[in-house]
Amino acid sequence: MSTVPLVLHARSPAKVLPWALPLVVVLFLLPHAIDPYQTILLAYGLLMGIGALGFNLLLGYTGLLSFGHSAYFGVGAYAVALMFKYLHVQSMELYLAGAILASVVVSAIFGFVCVRYTRIFFGILTLALSQVLWSLAFKFYPITGGTDGLRVPTPTLLGLARDDKGDKILFLASNYYYYVLGFFLACVVIMWIVVNSPFGKALQAIRDNETRAEFIGIHIRRYRFVAFLVSGVFTGIAGALWVPLNGLTTPDILYWPFSGEIVFMTVLGGFRTFTGPIVGAVVFNYLKTSAVGFTVYWQALLGSILVFLVLVLPTGIVGAITQLLPAVRKRFSR
Amino acid sequence: MNLLQTTKLTRHFGDTRAVDGVDFTIGEGEVLALIGSNGAGKTSLVNLISGLLRPDSGSIVFRGEDVTQMSVHDRIMAGIARSFQLVNLFDQLSLLDNVALSIFAREDLTRKLLSLADRQLAVWEEAYETLRQFGLDGRSSQLAGGISQGERKLLDVAVAYALRPRLLFLDEPTSGVSTREKAPIMDVVTSIVRSHNITAVIIEHDMDVVFKYSDRIVAMHQGTILASGTPDEIRRNEAVTTTLIGTVHA
Repeated sequence: MSTVPLVLHARSPAKVLPWALPLVVVLFLLPHAIDPYQTILLAYGLLMGIGALGFNLLLGYTGLLSFGHSAYFGVGAYAVALMFKYLHVQSMELYLAGAILASVVVSAIFGFVCVRYTRIFFGILTLALSQVLWSLAFKFYPITGGTDGLRVPTPTLLGLARDDKGDKILFLASNYYYYVLGFFLACVVIMWIVVNSPFGKALQAIRDNETRAEFIGIHIRRYRFVAFLVSGVFTGIAGALWVPLNGLTTPDILYWPFSGEIVFMTVLGGFRTFTGPIVGAVVFNYLKTSAVGFTVYWQALLGSILVFLVLVLPTGIVGAITQLLPAVRKRFSR
Repeated sequence: MNLLQTTKLTRHFGDTRAVDGVDFTIGEGEVLALIGSNGAGKTSLVNLISGLLRPDSGSIVFRGEDVTQMSVHDRIMAGIARSFQLVNLFDQLSLLDNVALSIFAREDLTRKLLSLADRQLAVWEEAYETLRQFGLDGRSSQLAGGISQGERKLLDVAVAYALRPRLLFLDEPTSGVSTREKAPIMDVVTSIVRSHNITAVIIEHDMDVVFKYSDRIVAMHQGTILASGTPDEIRRNEAVTTTLIGTVHA
């Protein structure tokens, strides 16, 4: 037998399934075990996980640090809000289709400009472009509602009428939670395939060594552009899913600190691993909620945690666990 | 028959004439050594032919086709590949991934966004076989950033070789490795190149390596070609020995 299948099997990404499947079961059962508020918080975490996964396709796999991902999240969210305001759409599926279309258009335009640059120039460009969108949302009061934002009522899911007798919390913590979970799982599977595809390998090659990647025949800009597009669309989907949970779309989600939060959650979980951004998004969501309830200086608390992370856990939560796991296994196998 | 021909190829950097009107030919199947002191223009010439640099003037014809204005990608597809003086690898990927990526790119499979790379078993088999030819199969799962300099040099050549080029430029394949490692590296590289009838151009400073492994030697000096000939002819060439080698061989 050839050695190759053994080599591939030893590092097969399918090896995550034995622990991923029980986690999925837990995510399905959790709403029955925790209160609705906690379930809604988890839904926030999961949808931010989709956004962070998209963001990490650029940072972790392509080596491009975007400081402007609030733009695509905001585009997804505002697409939903504007569809309701002007087209009176109430279907979540149509909202998502509109959000995907809008984020494809905006990501394509921004990506066309940004992928010509790398490092700090790329970061600054993405930041500047996101600020352009923020200022539009902030100033175009007649269209965007300015700082008042745009209110969006609870949508219909899969064309079905709501069966929660008008209890919005119940709807968000049950039907909508499972809707978000479904999209989350679909996005995780798609992103997992993308990063383990020949295209994903090419992105990692570009991240590691641009010159060599070019000299094996990879079109650097073209691949970066596609990665940018996929990244923007994932973040746009997250933005669209966020709207029904929040009920209101405001310019805050287009502002640069929100881009910082996406960077924060990815670094928190670990950008060198596939699952890191997901874990980071869920943990960050709980962390932020707890911090806001704990002190009025919650930003200072989160800032301190970020400093601690960079200094003590540079590989993030998942990276640290991955490093510790062999030692723990060794200890218990004695 | 000439595989490649440059005509009056010129590239200046300010007042420095890195490559100055060079007429350079490479025959099919040759193993040619490009020698010269630092700054002679060897790497600049290779950079111009491989597409890393654009010439100020002159032309490059490869297999009868003018490739002067072609992109790096198109030159690779035409059959020109290269390794680098400072090893250029994908350090956070395994040795197997490094070589497989060349094959994925060569077969235009890197466009595939929604299919698993590991399903392309033929690619991995070929990548593993390439590593075996270079004596690196035992380390196939290791990260490229974690192997010795000699192994990195070999892997750099293997990555270029996996593109199945017609013309392969090897920019100082033994620089930075111990004297003991040089011969094994060159033995492996030249035997693979010759057995697959790949035309190779080796830039090298070590004259023992140059004289032992090349069919023809081209000596460069200050951006121009000083001499061209067989190893014996170059050994006897007074201009070369005076300018480059420093001692007159008997």
